[in-house]
Amino acid sequence: MTINTLSQDGVQRQQMPCLTKMERMIISMQDPDMGIKLRNQRLLITVIPHAMTGVDIVEWLIKKFSISDEEALHVGQLFIKYGYIYPLKEPRNLILKADDSSYRFQTPYYWMSTRWPASELDYAIYLAKKNIRKQGELIEYEKECYNALHKRINHTWDFVVMQAREQLRASKQRRKADRIVLECQEQAYWLVNRPPPGTQDSIDHGPERRTMNTRVQLNAEFYKKEIEHNRISLARNRVKSSICLESYVKYCEQYQPHDPIMQGCLPSNPWITDDIMFWNMTSETVALPTKLRVERWSFCFMELLNDPMGRKEFLTYLEKEFSAENLCFWQACEDVRHGETAKIPEKVDEVYKQFLAPGASRWVNIDSKTMEKTLEGLKRPHRFVLDDAQMHIYFLMKKDSYPRYLKSELYKNLLARAIVPQETKKSVFPFMRRQRHSSPSPALATQTAEDDGKAKNSNSNSGTASRL
Amino acid sequence: MGEMEQLRKEAESLKDEITAARKAVQDLTLQDHVAGTAVVGRVQLKTRKTLRGHLSKIYAVHWGDSKLCVSASQDGKLIVWDSYTTNKVHAIPLKSSWVMTCAYAPSGNMVACGGLDNMCSIYNLKGKDGNVKVMRELAAHTGYLSCCRFLNDNEIITSSGDCTCVLWDIETGSQKTVFAGHLGDCMSLGVAPDFNTFISGACDFTAKLWDIRDGQCRQTFGGHESDINAIGFFPNGNAVITGSDDASCKLYDLRSDQELITYQDSGIMCGVTSLAPSLSGRLILAGYDDFNCNIWDSLKAERVGVLSGHDNRVSCIGVTPDGMACCTGSWDSFLKIWN
Repeated sequence: MTINTLSQDGVQRQQMPCLTKMERMIISMQDPDMGIKLRNQRLLITVIPHAMTGVDIVEWLIKKFSISDEEALHVGQLFIKYGYIYPLKEPRNLILKADDSSYRFQTPYYWMSTRWPASELDYAIYLAKKNIRKQGELIEYEKECYNALHKRINHTWDFVVMQAREQLRASKQRRKADRIVLECQEQAYWLVNRPPPGTQDSIDHGPERRTMNTRVQLNAEFYKKEIEHNRISLARNRVKSSICLESYVKYCEQYQPHDPIMQGCLPSNPWITDDIMFWNMTSETVALPTKLRVERWSFCFMELLNDPMGRKEFLTYLEKEFSAENLCFWQACEDVRHGETAKIPEKVDEVYKQFLAPGASRWVNIDSKTMEKTLEGLKRPHRFVLDDAQMHIYFLMKKDSYPRYLKSELYKNLLARAIVPQETKKSVFPFMRRQRHSSPSPALATQTAEDDGKAKNSNSNSGTASRL
Repeated sequence: MGEMEQLRKEAESLKDEITAARKAVQDLTLQDHVAGTAVVGRVQLKTRKTLRGHLSKIYAVHWGDSKLCVSASQDGKLIVWDSYTTNKVHAIPLKSSWVMTCAYAPSGNMVACGGLDNMCSIYNLKGKDGNVKVMRELAAHTGYLSCCRFLNDNEIITSSGDCTCVLWDIETGSQKTVFAGHLGDCMSLGVAPDFNTFISGACDFTAKLWDIRDGQCRQTFGGHESDINAIGFFPNGNAVITGSDDASCKLYDLRSDQELITYQDSGIMCGVTSLAPSLSGRLILAGYDDFNCNIWDSLKAERVGVLSGHDNRVSCIGVTPDGMACCTGSWDSFLKIWN
């Protein structure tokens, strides 16, 4: 979770998810039952309600989120830094002390998410109020801001002073406790939004934000790369969304029978029935494959190649057609691509001798352009040097041999002989079920037998999934 | 300063043109298109096994084959489970307990893990004397390791908090390619079914598709409003599914180069931590911060089920290669197998 400022106008949007998270926590902290216990706090002679101590905050966080002291202090500190909690007593700075110092929750009116950015006019009114209330109460930097504002929005200064006077008059009519609270709230708001010089501006800097920005310099070099990337991206061919969506629908439909979570599996799901027959029947070395497995080879060429048994069958077919060297070449290239780096030169050499050299025993038919490029690359062999040749042979097989294989007697024969496993039903009687946990007491067993019967009749599901 | 401003404006205007080009191929909405597709109906999965043994939060789990999986926990252990019998095949103690990710090699010979130590440690499971030892420590990242995935026994791709992804040669321990371009921590990565490309999701709210051979970023997808925590390929390799802290998952199609489907619900307000598609791609299982896992109908963009049973955040989820079962790992230190 980061509070980030990448661009000036992007600030609020990028902070919102983080602030929303904070606000949810703040709300739960104020929950009447499960939140922090609030009490009255004496401030000189006035009693302020709904206050809490620093220790309260830290302890609540530790309990609620099972975190350490240090982490709780850090999180609590963030609440104060971003203006959701403020200290009651002087000195009023944005620091959380894990002792009996008093704090209060900031009113949502002043939350960063509702009242951002802080307006100059409001700030002027606030400073004017402070100035009027007690001449010379403004601190140094506030004096500077006040004077700067006076210059900048001179045309509305009468309004500012008038508003300030009005607000002061209204506040005088409030109870002292309310007045103090309102002043505190306002002061806290301005501490966050107009921080004194020297303190970190929490709006512009999240935690460790400085180091993050220096990792990737947004300089001319960076933008030149961006422009290049964008130009290439603009020129790319884009497929219509309808075509893409259609392909997903088709894919999901085609694979649904193969998706055990969607449609179960035969003979049974080992996780449910403790019967591992499914895995035995679909292992690599089984004598006769299942029908689903053989069907899957017809979905696309990669499905056939990814299944070792499929590869074996395909090789048998290719041998009949005297083009087995294509598949062998493809496999050898795969071995180079995914094998040990140290062995690459010798492997590539082997491939050349067997498949590419003139008069090679298993010469593969590659177009002259690709052959030339590959032979050139062989002078400095690397992991991907055979890629172009491999791709050429791959497409050759895909467009020619593969479709013919699917129509061949060999494939059709296998498909006809392939097994459709019988479903093994889960035994109903609980005693027969293999116990994965310690056996229940006999009394319980008869109860569950009854329940099982009931469950089978009704359609309600007694799982751990909850209703939506 | 003037030059950079000009360059920035040019980059921005090109981005706008790309957005227009993407819109131009949007000829049909999802709703119209899948109106004829059969409804999935309520999907109810039960817990079939609970794997107990970790002493602290589980951060990652990865399936090796239909029964073996590896999990990483901040108690400093990497455990390889035979999840069917619930036996622990290996319990590997780690040098650094701040582990954030783990991976199983497709061959089943190795596992890898990494985290706040900025390194990816590779362990050989099939050592001569039967002991599991560190085979390599891949160190070069300047940030935490958020995710790693094996391409084969010789190559592994890692994503890191230093905003880059790296392709390593395990034997020599060196970086073969550095994929730089993200502007925020890379949180997660997924390898394409054909092993030619991979995708990464980052804290700059974008997902990028990279070509493994030439190290270039081929496509960038935006639209999320917060960090992308989880990413995965749709089983046919033509789409990328992302899960983000903005409580939504999105499906980005590679051929039309844009977001086609968003999976979100006004009732879900917490971030997505992990996701995995079922074998046919029809279902997407996504783990959330609120301790639950939602099951989405990927075509209709509707919720069709919930997995509830964990007592804390679901941090990782994975579906077996044969699509039989899914495993969820949680901060409550348990792994549950469902189907």
